[in-house]
Amino acid sequence: MDATLLPAALADTRDDFLALAVRDRLQLLLDFSNELPELPQHFRDHPDLLERVEECQSPVYLFVEVVDGVVRLHATAPAESPTTRGFASILVQGLDGLTVDEVLAVPADYPQSLGLGEAVSPLRVRGMTGMLGRVKRQVRERVAA
Amino acid sequence: MSVEFDPAERFTAYAHPERLVSTEWLAEHLGEPGLAVVESDEDVLLYETGHIPGAVKVDWHTDLNDPVVRDYVDPERFAALLGSKGIARDSTVVIYGDKNNWWAAYALWVFTLFGHEDVRLLDGGRDLWIDEGREITTEPTTVTPVEYPVVERDDAAIRAFKEDVLAHFGNPLIDVRSPEEYSGERTTAPAYPEEGALRAGHIPTAASVPWARAAASDGRFKSRDELDAIYRDEVGLADGDEIIAYCRIGERSSHTWFVLTHLLGFEHVRNYDGSWTEWGSAVRVPIVSGSERGEVPAR
Repeated sequence: MDATLLPAALADTRDDFLALAVRDRLQLLLDFSNELPELPQHFRDHPDLLERVEECQSPVYLFVEVVDGVVRLHATAPAESPTTRGFASILVQGLDGLTVDEVLAVPADYPQSLGLGEAVSPLRVRGMTGMLGRVKRQVRERVAA
Repeated sequence: MSVEFDPAERFTAYAHPERLVSTEWLAEHLGEPGLAVVESDEDVLLYETGHIPGAVKVDWHTDLNDPVVRDYVDPERFAALLGSKGIARDSTVVIYGDKNNWWAAYALWVFTLFGHEDVRLLDGGRDLWIDEGREITTEPTTVTPVEYPVVERDDAAIRAFKEDVLAHFGNPLIDVRSPEEYSGERTTAPAYPEEGALRAGHIPTAASVPWARAAASDGRFKSRDELDAIYRDEVGLADGDEIIAYCRIGERSSHTWFVLTHLLGFEHVRNYDGSWTEWGSAVRVPIVSGSERGEVPAR
């Protein structure tokens, strides 16, 4: 992965995870999980606007807006799915507020760089890869629309 | 040292009522010497958000699967895991988890491969415990590590491999996946990630009995009569049958294995953990698509 393309917030998150012992990475993921912001009111009123991520074992929904070239990312997942919430929260904190080009330049294998394979299993990390792919696809759709 | 069985009335009709405990029983026995409580969930972080006081976590993926070979951990690793959780060979282990004990049953099956004798499920699992307003805590459980002996895993009795399935045709097979996976519309459970099966459908002659049909609406197991109506009357299983159950990676079929073995008393039930992710990618094994069971393949 070309580190020069990685937005600062995502790079910080990666460094934070890698600085920890494997078992402490779970705790950090739980912290992210607890920090996932509530959906804005207009999405809570219209859950049909959200897109479900099929790659994830638990129901997680994403929605991307592009306003003046800036990406706004919203996500929701149930409290019973803290791992999925944690993944979504990492992406929301790392991508929300970036430009379209910055989001599209995030390497597709970013989730694999967090050192979570051993802590949560590579299979589960793939759920986050699916989320990232869908965010980028939605960004492309919004820009094209 | 083993803890007394739950004498609950509603368990007595099952073949092995000693394999279940009720939430009431567990609440009364928490902290008793010889009792170990294990939470095993699909989500690797769910335990950290709140667990039964004194419970330890065993993750199906990171703890029970070998990190390199597609197999369960070896005897040394299993012994180290259980010892580190404070579980002795003679401990009574009560396992509970999310999703109707789907993953808890999987952990119980793996414990059984290693011959851990007294291992039980909490009927209703994590959800029922919480729905009843019982105590959960985020307080880390402090355990005193113990010595767990290194015991060879015995795969012969309750685990089937692909070759066993090929030799099994003519005997009952139970496919516990969703109807869409059985018919071949898809290779993964609805809303689950693709796990790499190249072909879709089911093993010829397998009966479709989605695993969750064994669960009642409150997450407990259905009654003996209801279960007999499904597995004996509808599917046609009979005492003495050799039975193999399978799903996608062997987790949902562990739940059915538990039902057939411990609740209904079938003595020769094996779980094919290679399941669809192996069969659906293997070269030249017979597959049937559509909702019919299909015929025994010609040899």
